[in-house]
Amino acid sequence: MTPSLHLWLLPLLPLAGFAINGTLGRRLTKSVVSLVALLFPAAAFIQVLWIAAQAYHSLALPYVERFATPWIAVSGFHANFSFLLDQLTLIMLLVVTGVGFVIHLYSVGYMAEEEGYWRFFSYMNLFLFFMLTLVLAANFLLMFVGWEGVGLVSYLLIGFYYQKDSAANAGKKAFIVNRIGDFGFLLAMFLLIARFGSLSFTTVFASIAAHPAMQGGALTAIALLLVLGATGKSAQIPLYVWLPDAMEGPTPVSALIHAATMVTAGIYMVARTHVLFDRSPLALSVVAVIGAATAFFAATIGIVQTDIKRVLAYSTISQLGYMFLACGVAAYSAAIFHLMTHAFFKALLFLAAGSVIHALGGEQDMRAMGGLRKKLPVTFWTMTAAVFAIGGFFPFAGFFSKDAILAATFLSPHGGKLLWAVGLVTAGLTSFYMFRLWYMTFFGEARYREHRVDHAAHSTHGSHGVHESPWIMLLPLVILGILSFAGGWIGWPEAFGGHDWIGHFLDPVFGNSAAPAANAATYGLERILAAASMLTALIGWFLADLFYRRRPQLAEEAERSMQPLYKLLWNKYWVDEIYADVIVWPLLVLSRNVLGRGIDQGVIDGTNTAWATGARGASSWIRRMQSGNIRSYAGWLAAGAAAVLIVVLYLAHLY
Amino acid sequence: MLNASILTWLTFLPALGAAVVMLLPRRGRAPQVFTLLLTLLLFAMALHLPAHYDYHQQQGFQDELNVPWIGNPNIHYHVGVDGLSMWLVVLVSFLAPLGVLISWRVIEDRKSEFYALFLLQQTAMYGVFIALDLILYYAFWELSIVPLALLIGMYGRKNGRAAAIKFFLYAFIPSALLLVGMLWLYAQTGTFDLVQLQQQLHGWSTGSHATGLWLTSLAFLLAFAVKVPVFPLHGWLRDGISEAPTAVAMILAGKLGLYSLLRWHVALFPTEAAHIAPLMVALAAIGILYGALLALVQTDLKRLAAYATLSALSFCVLGIYAFTTASMDGAVYQILNESISASAFFMLLGILYERYGTYDMAQLGGVAAKMPRLAVLFVITTLSLIGLPALNNFVGEFLILSGSFQTHARIAAVATLGIIFSAAYMLWMVQRVFYGAPSAHVTGLVRPDVNWRERAALWPTVALMIAMGVASLFWMRAIDLTVPAMAPKIATAHTAFDARIGSTR
Repeated sequence: MTPSLHLWLLPLLPLAGFAINGTLGRRLTKSVVSLVALLFPAAAFIQVLWIAAQAYHSLALPYVERFATPWIAVSGFHANFSFLLDQLTLIMLLVVTGVGFVIHLYSVGYMAEEEGYWRFFSYMNLFLFFMLTLVLAANFLLMFVGWEGVGLVSYLLIGFYYQKDSAANAGKKAFIVNRIGDFGFLLAMFLLIARFGSLSFTTVFASIAAHPAMQGGALTAIALLLVLGATGKSAQIPLYVWLPDAMEGPTPVSALIHAATMVTAGIYMVARTHVLFDRSPLALSVVAVIGAATAFFAATIGIVQTDIKRVLAYSTISQLGYMFLACGVAAYSAAIFHLMTHAFFKALLFLAAGSVIHALGGEQDMRAMGGLRKKLPVTFWTMTAAVFAIGGFFPFAGFFSKDAILAATFLSPHGGKLLWAVGLVTAGLTSFYMFRLWYMTFFGEARYREHRVDHAAHSTHGSHGVHESPWIMLLPLVILGILSFAGGWIGWPEAFGGHDWIGHFLDPVFGNSAAPAANAATYGLERILAAASMLTALIGWFLADLFYRRRPQLAEEAERSMQPLYKLLWNKYWVDEIYADVIVWPLLVLSRNVLGRGIDQGVIDGTNTAWATGARGASSWIRRMQSGNIRSYAGWLAAGAAAVLIVVLYLAHLY
Repeated sequence: MLNASILTWLTFLPALGAAVVMLLPRRGRAPQVFTLLLTLLLFAMALHLPAHYDYHQQQGFQDELNVPWIGNPNIHYHVGVDGLSMWLVVLVSFLAPLGVLISWRVIEDRKSEFYALFLLQQTAMYGVFIALDLILYYAFWELSIVPLALLIGMYGRKNGRAAAIKFFLYAFIPSALLLVGMLWLYAQTGTFDLVQLQQQLHGWSTGSHATGLWLTSLAFLLAFAVKVPVFPLHGWLRDGISEAPTAVAMILAGKLGLYSLLRWHVALFPTEAAHIAPLMVALAAIGILYGALLALVQTDLKRLAAYATLSALSFCVLGIYAFTTASMDGAVYQILNESISASAFFMLLGILYERYGTYDMAQLGGVAAKMPRLAVLFVITTLSLIGLPALNNFVGEFLILSGSFQTHARIAAVATLGIIFSAAYMLWMVQRVFYGAPSAHVTGLVRPDVNWRERAALWPTVALMIAMGVASLFWMRAIDLTVPAMAPKIATAHTAFDARIGSTR
């Protein structure tokens, strides 16, 4: 007998935290707020562990839980509150609640001195509610609730410092750009209803499975519209522009929402609906090309950025591109594997960067850092683990997942050597800009101004100078550091004598998809590919070492000698400006001048005026009839009676 | 017994109350207190309708009363509700006390008249929603115009009179055509009764009366479309909403016209409605985008709200004329949602105006730091209006768009673009009013945050935004019983019309 897992409780736990802190938080002390904010996510994490244990022992997956009363029901269409648990969900749940809880813990330290402490934590709990809804949903519509819900919380948290115009702008931009993606998601749902009469995953996928001949066509349209949604949420070309600006939010938000969980929702969605993509080679290719292009493109921008969080933001876009690429070559388990390891090391990178920023009293510019290795030892060592992980160095977590993606790209019938080469070059770039960040932050001479830091630190902590963060911030760093180091071992490839546990674990979900089956024949090739990517990463490291540690003047020379290229990258290819000039500005001009002045004030108000003028003319004529002369009234009466008679007679004749 | 008379009590108590208000002392709070108590009583009475609604009865009307009124011409006092009108009656009753609360201190001059007119229009609204006899309906329809026009004219912001005249003429002139159409119907059938008319008109679309019926249906359509308003007949809306006091702006647009479109156009002339539907669907899609784009470039909050209203109401029009069960169910549900959320929005704007004396966004800014509670309520309302899932508007808009997509895929896809623009103008507005550093104007004025009375008016709407987004079935049950009973008729009517086109060729 299958025990009831009470999946419904899972999202409701953090929602309760949100409700308590959201309504009473203003009046509660900070320690009570923190307690509430930590307790509910912790409870959710524990429930996930319990569910995982059940799944390991006895549970038959997939497991579906449905609320008796539907959410929306009209004749011919209904959508339920229904939750689905399978291997994919389980991994997402572990990442969301696990990493989520750790980041909540960190935030207690990081946000300790902030105004609106309760507001921050109520939003964070609300985020977990929506993210868990997204992950657990058993139909597209409920998934969309989580999908837009996490976008809402992202909007609120990016704009957390709402008095800052840049923060308010960034929040708004994130929401609107995501709405463009949601437009695609909605249309995809409309098409699904038209084709399948249902939005339930089980129903839709079963009816696709029942029709082996169904290929391309409407499925391609649905898949591509879903991709539009995914490019918004997962910050891919062409809708990635909101994510760099999203760094206006507090750093733990960047770690949780804009690195580890929310932005991976697009990848999760593609993986969840892979049945559609498997039937549409075109959609797969689009995903792969978008992914590879985004990975490379964002990495090039990341090379020249000087704001530590922006570098990480572009790196996130680039890594999400890898995951997209993996989905596009139908290597869904590799995508989910990288999603997981990325959640570890990118969350760690952000939290460590937050620790640095915290220590320097809010400084985010890497040109004003340097030499922090000794002052912030825990931060330094944990961040080093993360840098090696994202760089793809054996045996750190990122090596295994990135290698899985690159190998799949090379070997998959949907992939190819060109996509693989782009991925490989990007790996080199990644290694380069991450070591650049590492060197600029922790090595060389100290370029921060003690005086300024001292001042900021003094006002907040009462201690002097640059100092390591409190334990409540360091503990999360250590946990994530361990995961960044060893978290990839669950995907130790068979080519290297491992068992690729995660790949096999996910097999029931992605089973007969077109991913290349691991077989002994390709082991040799896989080893060569892995060696190539290791080598590329080493070259990146070597160059960063050369430019930013051994001969810093080289970086400046390069900057000067390649001025146009540098400018292009520094200005992020002017994409924001192009969007503003090509889309936003014409739209506003059209609305203001053509629709506003032209049609509304011109045609519509103009017609009013014309009517009014006409009416005034008529009324002045009618006024003359009210002469007060009895005889004239009698005349009009007679005329009126005659008119009525004529009309009545005429009408009687007509019918 | 109560079932038969409840609607009559509901309808005429406010008119009686209006007379009482005029007799009450003008000084002090007597008019407000009395009107508030009366509207609360009416709300409690209106809850009788859903509480005793018979969900097993699939067809026809409930709480029905049909007595001869005038022998010749044959006019009946025929009233009743079904799934289409029942919740609208409750909605009117729900919004009335909120309108009183929000006017509490704003209306000081000519106070008794204000509340008397306010109650009078409530009678008219009830009447429109329950009348099943054309003449009775028409009487209430006309009655609804006058108090609203007077309220705009007497209590307007700057140019109340001009806006009131515009509103009056826009509403009145097409009503004359409506009357002509009604008389033609009576001349042909000898009845004003909705049910009898529906039976008698069956098959007329192809007979010798086809032209007359077509013209009559157009007269009806025009009168209702102006009242909604449907693009491009929205000329009165911007000034009407800009000038109207909050309590009037809350009820000015939308439900009367939309309900009438369903009851007295689609249900009465199904074939003609199907014929004109492609035009209406197109106008609705244009209205959605047009309203949203104009809202994007407004600097005055009330004008922004007016264009946003045009956009939001166009969704309902789209749903009605897309003629699928989902889209029509969604449209009826959306009438309720839009009304509730837009009312909350107007109340919030009114509160802002009361505090800072302006609707100009350029003068506002950074209000969140000064009035955090207002900011919370405002953001929630904004989210409801832009259709955030799990809030009320999403359910309605989703059903409308997904339903429309099945019959008019391209137009529905274009209309869906509206969700992008609505997010844009709403969030931009929130930013300009609430975020950033407080503006000089805002800094200069020390104003209290929302008080208990305003919270009492706002929190019920917020509660409904959530409840109607999560538990839509509670409301949808009755709606979905009535609308599908309409939809098959439409489907067959559609084919009948096509057959006729085929035969004439």
